[in-house]
Amino acid sequence: MNDALTFHFDVDGENFVSAGQASVQVKKNLRELGFPPEVIRRVSIAMYEGEINMVIHAGGGEADVDVFEDRIVIVLTDRGPGIPDIDLAMQEGYSTATDRVRSLGFGAGMGLPNMKRYTDEMRIDSTVGKGTVITMSILVNNR
Amino acid sequence: MRVSELIDKYGMKALSLPDPDREIAGGYCGDLLSWVMGRAQQDNAWITIMSNMNVVAVASLSDVSCVILAEGVTLEQGIVDTARGKDVNVLSSEKSAFEIAALLAPDV
Repeated sequence: MNDALTFHFDVDGENFVSAGQASVQVKKNLRELGFPPEVIRRVSIAMYEGEINMVIHAGGGEADVDVFEDRIVIVLTDRGPGIPDIDLAMQEGYSTATDRVRSLGFGAGMGLPNMKRYTDEMRIDSTVGKGTVITMSILVNNR
Repeated sequence: MRVSELIDKYGMKALSLPDPDREIAGGYCGDLLSWVMGRAQQDNAWITIMSNMNVVAVASLSDVSCVILAEGVTLEQGIVDTARGKDVNVLSSEKSAFEIAALLAPDV
């Protein structure tokens, strides 16, 4: 199958209560398409973390999901402040989240590490002052 | 052990129980949502004192069998409704996270 099934979502930047809606919808779609539970779980976790990051740090953004038979590709695009030091941001426990965000249970510095852990490939393209594009792939038969 | 058995056996209160027959396999304690997302396993019972809307999303996406709110924490009605709509089991216990984990450990 070469033609991907694609889903597009606008992620609202100010709404913590509804954060995760795109991820929940993708989970539902993948379940209906019959993907294995562990694949759905990995996609859900990686995408939710990315979605929350866009809400916390970038004032929202866009999420595009391409579903192929053998892999799922998630592209998260924002026009936020960018990530000055990607190696630092990838360290578990490093976070620039505010106290308010932390009081909601976020900001543990696990978002990007979780995204890497649960995906087979992850690329971060970020320009300070312009924004960030994160591309993640999950292979269906890999685990 | 099934989620519904927690109610009679340990005196927990069901706040949202759309899937009472779901089996519990192991458990996880934590309040930092990303930590839970990264470490909790599918079918775990997740014990926490967090009670905001994001708990429902994390429980749904990480596919835990139920959320157990410790220390008598409860949910606002709107969050209960969302949990039911997303098939997320949520129970509440007066006991601490430590006590709940100790109780469940032999059974799950």
